[in-house]
Amino acid sequence: MLKLQGIAVSPGVTIGEALVLDAEGFRIPRRFVERSAVDTELARLAHAIAETSREMEQNRDRVRAELGEQYAAIFDAHLAMLHDPRLQQELTAAVRDRNWWPEYAVSRTLRRYAKVFQSLDNHIAQRAHDIYDIEKSLLRNLLGQRRETLAAISQPVIVLAHNLTPSETANLDRRFVKGFATELGGPGSHTAIVAEGLEIPAVVGVGPFLADVSGGEPVILDGNEGLVILQPDEETIARYRLEEEAARTVAARLGRLRDLPAETGDGVRVQIMGNIEFPSEVEQCIDRGCDGIGLYRTEFLYLTSKREPTEEDHFAAYSFVIQAMQGKPVVIRTLDLGADKMLTETMPEEERNPCLGLRSIRLSLRQLPMFRTQLRAILRASGLGDVRVMFPLISTIVELRQAKMVLADVMEDLAEHGIAFNRKMPVGMMVETPAAALMLDAFIKEVDFVSIGTNDLIQYTLAVDRGNKEVADLYNACDPAVLRLLRRSLDVAAEAGVPANVCGQMSGSVMFTQLLLGLGLRQLSVPASAIPEVKQACRSVSVADCRLIAEKALAMDGAREVKAYLRDQLRRLLAETVA
Amino acid sequence: MAPDSRESPPRAETQAPPPQTVSREVVVANRQGLHARPADLLAREARRWQSRIELVADSQRVDGKSILDVLTLAAEAGTRLVVEATGPDAREALEAIGSLFDRNFNEHAGSQQT
Repeated sequence: MLKLQGIAVSPGVTIGEALVLDAEGFRIPRRFVERSAVDTELARLAHAIAETSREMEQNRDRVRAELGEQYAAIFDAHLAMLHDPRLQQELTAAVRDRNWWPEYAVSRTLRRYAKVFQSLDNHIAQRAHDIYDIEKSLLRNLLGQRRETLAAISQPVIVLAHNLTPSETANLDRRFVKGFATELGGPGSHTAIVAEGLEIPAVVGVGPFLADVSGGEPVILDGNEGLVILQPDEETIARYRLEEEAARTVAARLGRLRDLPAETGDGVRVQIMGNIEFPSEVEQCIDRGCDGIGLYRTEFLYLTSKREPTEEDHFAAYSFVIQAMQGKPVVIRTLDLGADKMLTETMPEEERNPCLGLRSIRLSLRQLPMFRTQLRAILRASGLGDVRVMFPLISTIVELRQAKMVLADVMEDLAEHGIAFNRKMPVGMMVETPAAALMLDAFIKEVDFVSIGTNDLIQYTLAVDRGNKEVADLYNACDPAVLRLLRRSLDVAAEAGVPANVCGQMSGSVMFTQLLLGLGLRQLSVPASAIPEVKQACRSVSVADCRLIAEKALAMDGAREVKAYLRDQLRRLLAETVA
Repeated sequence: MAPDSRESPPRAETQAPPPQTVSREVVVANRQGLHARPADLLAREARRWQSRIELVADSQRVDGKSILDVLTLAAEAGTRLVVEATGPDAREALEAIGSLFDRNFNEHAGSQQT
């Protein structure tokens, strides 16, 4: 049994078969061939080579017909490499003399060539991609049905990978993927947010471990404690089976909260909104009885396709969500991505510090046609329900005014064309930079609502990259500096009579519910999976008690102290609830 | 390499017994260097002959019959290489391969500037 500690990013425990992917999306364990099976394995290898060759020829012919000889040449080069006599000799020798499994022989041999090419200071270095392509095709043909890619999963698995991009994560088939663990990644990364949206246990930042596991082996994933357990023993499996069972029971119990309001013991009604990224998540929010969508992230429209989304792409996604919510509020946040993440835009130059660079509203204000497209779609959708628009990463009043000017301009445009929209659509901003929190008294006069994005606020206040494993422990929502900015923001909003919401991960964690209510927050926006728990927490407390807790926490001067205190308060609350 | 006891070893091609080794210098004239297409042509041509064909750059010696090996030379335009052929049809092989270089692998004029 091998217990590995990573970072828990999405809760839950699960036991299942491993599906292992490496950096290129394939995983080939080092396996050996029985001497007696060498000839059979060589025949299998020859068959795979022939199949790969046939596919390449087909591709070449198709591309030649569609695009011309020039483009087909690349497949000629692939074919020439595949049939390279030296390569064939090496592969045969690896199987016959070293008794390597053909998959392993292919992977090792081709990667050696790829490595040589990569090391060349020359355009030949790009040939390494060709080698990887050939490797992939050969492996696919060798493995046949056993191929370990994400696309064609047909049975429940736990995905173990070097890294998963947000869009790879988003495309995981929820019917079969029971959870995932990655070597890279940190808390609060986009991948983690997506995992939470999918409601599957996830552990990231485990460090190198893929060499220790083969596809098909049983694995335990503990998304509560951030553990990956390889080759678990019977006792451990039994323990986790019980835990899985218990979690199902709790979920069923929380399910009964669906139609009950989030009202505190002393009669204060709290709004619990859902955070979503994909339109389909709206159903999970409704199932759990949310009061609206407090944060609709729109990045996926930009991330999942190679081209820039059209107005219709936006509109289709928005209208799906709005119609599903049947008149409940939907807060749509405009693009919140760094230029480095955009597939469509080539950067003028590499950014040394993308988090502090051209991203989010800054990027939108720079790419006006793209921004206008999104705003047009949001405005058109505003006629379908209670739609509100929110600008992310505002750090100066000029940005807010510019964004509102573009919005006004798009409104005029729509009006001129006689297209219906809600002229009174509420406009809000994210408070996620210390600058915005400190200057909120100025901003607040020009917005209809604010939403505090604690993930970025913590990162920018504490100067910590939440994706960097080395400093991730400094990223702490309990830090007094963060709490003070939160208090200030909520106080300023309350004084101005402007609704405020907290939509970072902080609001989804019941450890902070009492603190946030105590600071005056009356609207929380949380991942769908957290709705029942947060609702339960709200129903179990009184605002009067929460105020005392907040006062006490705000008087502390260390994050550790605050954390210990809030944990204690949560434990006390849970004990009372269970009793 | 086997030590040679003679004072001045004769040139390889004058040695009587096969395998006979012949060689000549060539210059890569393609603008893009010895990239995938010429490397493929070279390897195909080399495979037509029984002889072992090797390409020698400063410190590297590769199998001329292998496109992968030839590509690892990363020979850019202007690189000087020595082609060595060893075997019963070495002379003919060397001539055929040398002429591929001379003809610039049938690419449009290497002197063409953009």
